[in-house]
Amino acid sequence: MRLAIESLSVERGGRLVIAGLTVAAKAGTALVVTGPNGAGKSTLIRTIAGLLPLAAGSIRLEGGDPELTVAEQCHYFGHQDGLKTALTVKENLAFWRDFYGRPALSVIEALEVVGLEHLSELPAAYLSAGQRRRLSFARLLISHRPIWLLDEPTSALDAGSEVRLIDCVNDHLVSGGLVIAATHAPLTFRARESLALGHVVAEASP
Amino acid sequence: MPLIDLANPTRFLGFVGRLVPWLTAVTIVLFAVGLYGAFFLAPDDYQQGATVKIMFIHVPCAWLSMFVYATMAASSLGTLVWRHPLADVSMKAAAPIGAVFTFVCLATGSLWGKPMWGTWWVWDARLTSVLVLFIMYLGLIALWQTIEDPIRGAKAVAVLTLVGAINLPIIKFSVDWWNTLHQPAAVFRLGGPTIDISMLWPLLVTALAATCLFVTLQLLAMKNEIKRRRLRTLRLIEASRPHAVAGTPVVGAAS
Amino acid sequence: MKPLAALFLREWRLSTRVGGGALMGALFFLIVVTVIPFGVGPDLKLLARIGPAILWIGALLATLLSLDRLFQADRDDGALDLLMMGETPLELVVVVKCLAHWAATGLPLVIAAPFLAVFMNLDPPAIGATVATLLVGTPALTFLGAIGAALTVSLRRGGLLSAILILPLTTPVLIFGVSATTAAVTEPTPFLAPFLILVALVLFSLVVGAIAAAQALRLSAN
Repeated sequence: MRLAIESLSVERGGRLVIAGLTVAAKAGTALVVTGPNGAGKSTLIRTIAGLLPLAAGSIRLEGGDPELTVAEQCHYFGHQDGLKTALTVKENLAFWRDFYGRPALSVIEALEVVGLEHLSELPAAYLSAGQRRRLSFARLLISHRPIWLLDEPTSALDAGSEVRLIDCVNDHLVSGGLVIAATHAPLTFRARESLALGHVVAEASP
Repeated sequence: MPLIDLANPTRFLGFVGRLVPWLTAVTIVLFAVGLYGAFFLAPDDYQQGATVKIMFIHVPCAWLSMFVYATMAASSLGTLVWRHPLADVSMKAAAPIGAVFTFVCLATGSLWGKPMWGTWWVWDARLTSVLVLFIMYLGLIALWQTIEDPIRGAKAVAVLTLVGAINLPIIKFSVDWWNTLHQPAAVFRLGGPTIDISMLWPLLVTALAATCLFVTLQLLAMKNEIKRRRLRTLRLIEASRPHAVAGTPVVGAAS
Repeated sequence: MKPLAALFLREWRLSTRVGGGALMGALFFLIVVTVIPFGVGPDLKLLARIGPAILWIGALLATLLSLDRLFQADRDDGALDLLMMGETPLELVVVVKCLAHWAATGLPLVIAAPFLAVFMNLDPPAIGATVATLLVGTPALTFLGAIGAALTVSLRRGGLLSAILILPLTTPVLIFGVSATTAAVTEPTPFLAPFLILVALVLFSLVVGAIAAAQALRLSAN
């Protein structure tokens, strides 16, 4: 399986944020996207997730499910948690499991991995920022999707939780998954390739 | 027991536990006596016939609808002025009870109005002001429902409750101020009651029974609310407690 | 079907728990209907004549004003992005969200309507007709309102704007809802014809609402 991005351009608010980007990521490797603020890291991630339209170019998943779009084979772990504070921890996770289908870990197993199983019956409103982040990450474990799109995955996590998150990502890579992560922090994924985004040239010249 | 002791929620819970069985018994006895008097001893009205029996439910509920609101207004003062820990619990507990009494008052009034006035409802001052009271109860309940932190929300509700208390004198005097279809006061008026003693005493007994019912329900609802708040605190503590990760030995767990 | 059932259950739970405000619509309905007699006066004959229209307008306002958080809550916490990444088409997501919203907010309006009809001095046939038309017609208001909710999803004060945008679109529903009700009470005019047009409007607004709202949501993710 191979994610091929060819001469991709993305526009936001009339500004070309990504211009002519060509990059590929193979199954089993993590593509770590780095670059200064405003370089287009989040834009790239959101574009692959199908949330932003392409101005030019293409994104294809070779060897993926031909019935599905690329976005439908991606898990997106962005800045927002997508949690409902009125629902319990378990209900939050069970909803995404039923909505996304293709079950992987059970809800309780996933909660054990992120260390929240003792809070499964509590409304999510009672969780701290880090706990919410972990609960949100557990969503990636309960339904099977080959591509994980991670946008600053370790923000608001303490050292222990960060280690566990990296373990999960590495497990995903070992099982033939594909990870694209935008980050400032140096993350120790087992097989990593780097993509450094700079400011787009087209923007610099008037 | 001095009143100040009851400010402690734990003491209050003990007090409620001892008082409620007695109050329940008193409520049942009063209702039994009052309703027996109403249905078997009091005569039918010479104009209204047996329909007048609705009065023995309608009038106590009408009194209670205002009494409960007055209780809530007093509790609001307790919240805003004295910051009494039980005042906002009392305020929150009373709202649904008051709404039910007001609803029963409106419903029985409607049933009484159909044979007497030929219509279920008229927009006269008394009926309308009671309907406004009912809506205010529902509004206060809705406000409580949207508040997640009960202690922070209490002040907002207290202010609204006190403003709404303006409606109470309007309800009471609406029959005097405006020319309405609803009959004027017959019991609490200057110059003594205009109602016959054979009807008056069952009415007063049922009113007293309804008041006891309210006090019983109010104490039980306050108990529930205190426990609900404790549950909330326990959950917050549980969520912030450090949790031993499976497979990781907890330092000091063996000692 | 499982993703849709899960979504319905989630929406239902969210609107019936703390902060969900499921009964707020019914309460608003009650207040709107109550203040009308203060304005037009307590003339029972007049109220009986305009009663069905008042109930319909009350239901219309209550439905539209309760819709402002339909998509906004999901956008604010990022769940909307995740919903769009599901294999379920966004149009179906919109329909299910509307149905759940109607079950939690619209249905209480229909249930409250007979009680409010008593305040309006309606007689039993008129009450029956009003409840029947509201039961059939209020889903159309929800589906149309969803378009406004989707268009204003990224705006801070979108609620009122959404109502301004959508109220003109709801006029056919209002016209046929009220005319079916009046037809049921006044003898020679047939009830079935306007009622069936109302049913057609509901199905039409389901399709239009789902497609338009889904398209607006896709654009808003931009």
